[in-house]
Amino acid sequence: MSDIKKIKDEYLKKLNNNLDIESVNQIKTELFGKNGQISNSFKTLGSLPNDERKKFASDLNSIKDELQEKINSKLQEIEIKEINSKLENEKLDVTLPEREINQGKIHPVSQVIDEISSIFSEIGFSVEEGPDVESEHYNFTALNTPDNHPARDMHDTFYLDNKKEILLRTHTSPVQVRTMLNGKPPFKIIAPGRTYRSDSDQTHSPMFHQVEGLHIDTDINMGHLKGCLNHFIKSFFEVDKIKMRFRPSHFPFTEPSAEVDIGYELKDGKIVIGEGDKWLEILGCGMVHPNVLKNVNVNPDKYQGYAFGIGIDRLGMLKYGINDLRAFFETDYRWLNHFGFDPLDVPSNYRGLSR
Amino acid sequence: MKFTMSWLKEHLETKHKDNLIIDKLTDVGLEVESFENISSELDDFKVAKIINAEQHPNADRLSICDVDIGQQKIVKVVCGAPNAKKGLLTVYAGPGSVIPKNNMKLTVSKIRGVTSYGMLCSESELKLSDESEGITELKPSKYSDKIGKNFFKNNTEKIVDLSITPNRPDCLGVRGIARDLAAAGAGKLKSISHKNIKKDGSQNIKVSITKDKNQGCTIFGSCLIKGVINKESPKWLKEKIVSLGQKPISAIVDITNYVMLDLNRPLHAYDADKIDKEIIVRNSKKGETFEALDNKEYKLEDDMCVISDHSGVLGLGGVIGGTRSGTELKTKNILLESAYFIPRSIRKTSKLLNIDTDAKFRFERGIDPQSVETGLLKASQLISEICGGKISKFDIQKIKQYKNCEIKFNTSLFEKITGFKVKENEIIKILKDLGFEVSKKKLELNLKVPSWRPDISQPIDIVEEVVRIKGYENIQTIEPKKNRLKDTLNKQQKLFHFLQRSVASKGYLETVTWSFTDSKINNFFKENLKEVKIVNPISSDLDVLRNSIFSNLAFYLKKNLDRGFKDISLFEIGPIFKNNQPGDQLTVIGAIKSGKISRLNWNEKERSVDIFDVKKDLIQTLMEAGYDKQSFFIRDKSPTYYHPGKSGSVYLDKDDIDPVAYFGELHPNIVKKLDIKTEGVVGFEIYLDYLKDNKIKLKDQKSNFEYSDYQKSERDFAFVVDKNYKAQDLIEIISSIDKNLIRSIKIFDIYEGENIPDGKKSIALNVTIQSFEKTLDDSDLEKINKLIVTTVENESGAKIRS
Repeated sequence: MSDIKKIKDEYLKKLNNNLDIESVNQIKTELFGKNGQISNSFKTLGSLPNDERKKFASDLNSIKDELQEKINSKLQEIEIKEINSKLENEKLDVTLPEREINQGKIHPVSQVIDEISSIFSEIGFSVEEGPDVESEHYNFTALNTPDNHPARDMHDTFYLDNKKEILLRTHTSPVQVRTMLNGKPPFKIIAPGRTYRSDSDQTHSPMFHQVEGLHIDTDINMGHLKGCLNHFIKSFFEVDKIKMRFRPSHFPFTEPSAEVDIGYELKDGKIVIGEGDKWLEILGCGMVHPNVLKNVNVNPDKYQGYAFGIGIDRLGMLKYGINDLRAFFETDYRWLNHFGFDPLDVPSNYRGLSR
Repeated sequence: MKFTMSWLKEHLETKHKDNLIIDKLTDVGLEVESFENISSELDDFKVAKIINAEQHPNADRLSICDVDIGQQKIVKVVCGAPNAKKGLLTVYAGPGSVIPKNNMKLTVSKIRGVTSYGMLCSESELKLSDESEGITELKPSKYSDKIGKNFFKNNTEKIVDLSITPNRPDCLGVRGIARDLAAAGAGKLKSISHKNIKKDGSQNIKVSITKDKNQGCTIFGSCLIKGVINKESPKWLKEKIVSLGQKPISAIVDITNYVMLDLNRPLHAYDADKIDKEIIVRNSKKGETFEALDNKEYKLEDDMCVISDHSGVLGLGGVIGGTRSGTELKTKNILLESAYFIPRSIRKTSKLLNIDTDAKFRFERGIDPQSVETGLLKASQLISEICGGKISKFDIQKIKQYKNCEIKFNTSLFEKITGFKVKENEIIKILKDLGFEVSKKKLELNLKVPSWRPDISQPIDIVEEVVRIKGYENIQTIEPKKNRLKDTLNKQQKLFHFLQRSVASKGYLETVTWSFTDSKINNFFKENLKEVKIVNPISSDLDVLRNSIFSNLAFYLKKNLDRGFKDISLFEIGPIFKNNQPGDQLTVIGAIKSGKISRLNWNEKERSVDIFDVKKDLIQTLMEAGYDKQSFFIRDKSPTYYHPGKSGSVYLDKDDIDPVAYFGELHPNIVKKLDIKTEGVVGFEIYLDYLKDNKIKLKDQKSNFEYSDYQKSERDFAFVVDKNYKAQDLIEIISSIDKNLIRSIKIFDIYEGENIPDGKKSIALNVTIQSFEKTLDDSDLEKINKLIVTTVENESGAKIRS
């Protein structure tokens, strides 16, 4: 008994030392190999008297278990240590840059068009479109702007033929005409798109964007117009309150006509919408002129309603603090990156316009 | 339209402050562009007194004056005027002032060794007259208590600049503006009082309006004023003219301008002695010429309305007068014209000849036809007061009687349109204040529209009049209802928005460029489309509508490369134009990519962009939009602006006639000609109009979920085929062998060179085979292997590589 106890103590002590995997295996052989000390002890079992044999066998087995367990745990310990040390060697500089990121962007004009569509969608407008090349008839005459009307001078028109019958639309209003000619009232549409006037300076660009609105039904009056625009402007600029001013104006295709100003102030050189005592003109609107309704075969005694036209680029400039209109169309990579939007930022009714 | 507040008050009796008047102008629809001091420059001119004057030591003709400029300031001014004497009241301009006559800016300067602080001004320097002999002499009775005050009286008041909409010619005269303000409660319109003028004798120059077709003149009123002495205008008149930024010319011309600005009644004064016998208002004949007051010679077309005499054309009626009959300072007898010209005729003539004058601007918008006599009256009276002369009886020739427009107005229309109520009495008052004659008949008002309002012809116009005078702030705000009866976007619009964001999500920056482009660049991309020229382009390098989305993208690619950017991905979605009629346009996405992938990247090897980069972006975009990649078909034909060997077209289906997209490398010749310097330029185009509606809603896109859990096997093959043989065909052959067993095919190597005969290439593919019914055993697999090899060899002429 004392022999095997000695073996046990001796080896447990050895195993507590810092060992490598070979030394542990060596110990394993010394104990449990063919001529190992424990193996040999088992061989002595037969020569023992019966009464001792039982006790010795029991002691030996428990010592064997204890040593084996110790060896296994030692082996595991070494393994973990080795893995750890290996992993330690694999350490990377995680601050190195990731693989190339190519983030695309959506142009502010497109983003603003989506924002506008989202807002008007909620109050029941659908989107219509029309061609960029228009006939003089759709662009002017059908909109109560006959050939001799001085209002035509206010649109510096690009013409595509010498007879001045074909032109680039100067506003999105011809979409009103096309929509009404192709359908039956009620009409409730917006029509965003490209528009063209031969004018170029810091606030004018030969191409720009407008969104037309048209709501025709039996009972749509100027109060609805005011409510609709008020809702739109508040939602678009994402403010609770907006200072808005309707001023009488003149457009041949609406009567009465109005221009709408919104209040703003300058804070740190930036325009803040909704407050302040300065006024900024942002759109033109009015009740669709009975002559226009007649021109598109809608009975003006039965139907009435409003139309409006808003400069999209200008809205974008105001909302996002962009100073120069021409920069919208100059494809400066830096500008596109700076003012562009992430393609996942899709304006929608349920998630709103902003994050 | 500019006017001063004091001028306005000649017509409007008001106690209101300026700011309230300005607000009212805006409220009634007369947009205020600006309201400011006439010109701060004029504030620099002060009334001053010379308190001492001595001879300049170094110059005989100069004197050194001590000048009192008010506020106990005395300055030294060197002056060359002979009348610069002690005690003289004159006009002083300090350093920094700008002299109106020559726009010279004064500085402190040494004149022959003596420092001069500013200048004493002559009338000519102040543009008050041509008097340049000496400095201005001011009457002590009027100015002695004004030393140090601004000399220009009107710069203590402010000038209003209105932007008058084309429907309101009446407000191109101060009186019309006053009338609107009075109606809106900002004061009372003063009545015009004409002193009785004595008319002597008849107007003995015969005037006739011919009955030509489309005669542009319907009324021609005139009178003779004999024995006038034309001269400079008196100060009050000069100041009025100057305050509006115009230049005084002579009393007669200034008076006609004044009446025009005051009443919106253009007039014209002829030197009566230069008229050859009689006045004939007629249509011009092609080829007639005359020299106009702008000193240009105009060659006329047929049927322009001209005022003529026996010697020919005197002027273009309502547009511009001629030099031949113009008034001068020595003019003794004048013929004053007050006429009505039809807007359409004025517009046509001025457009053809490209003339823009104040008179044209007004007649084109519509002058009050009943103001002919009023104009003659007011102007002739002023002329005789200022220039003397005897006024003849008025001669009014008419070929058409003017009749006021009449409108029956049911007041309920007002509420129907505006959504709020105004009492009938108030409506009547507003309309009367605006000059309407109103009579009530049962439920309707019978309205006689004032002759100065050519814009009013139907009931809706009356609604506008009442609501703008009443005030738009009275319109209620009706909150919109949040209900939707129709989809916001149709399929094509949804596709547009989807593709736009899909392409952007692949690393492309969206741009928006002009719909027009440079024809020289467009030519590279126009293919067989018709060039669409703009007749009046904004500049010669933006002279055509774009036939392709690539012209502008390529142009701006170069610009950005020149800015120092190297790796660029840009796209645009927008119209291209096939021809010049409405609807001849297609919506296209164009994307362009240049430079390298992983440039200067520490862990990946950099390489130039190639067509398989854009092909991936293109195919993935189409897949994301819901199109089935399995049925896509690629052909190697593409537009000529692509590299002929490195480009292709994508068809949604093999049997489709039109491709939906192109991709490839930009043709090296174009890259060279556009001087684009980069490692590679590749791109793609998607034609939205050719993308069929896949008619699949998301819920329908999901077919039954079928899958197999049986063991799958992979086999590799390498076939040697002709060099031009297409991988797509090989895949097509293999995949159609047994659609139930062949799950996927991947090409993992293309090889040419050693061991492969010339003109051949090896395509190595990996085929995944899996059954839905069982685990395939060796003999099954062997069978399908053999079938693949024999089928490919038979159908393509390929040889399995051993």
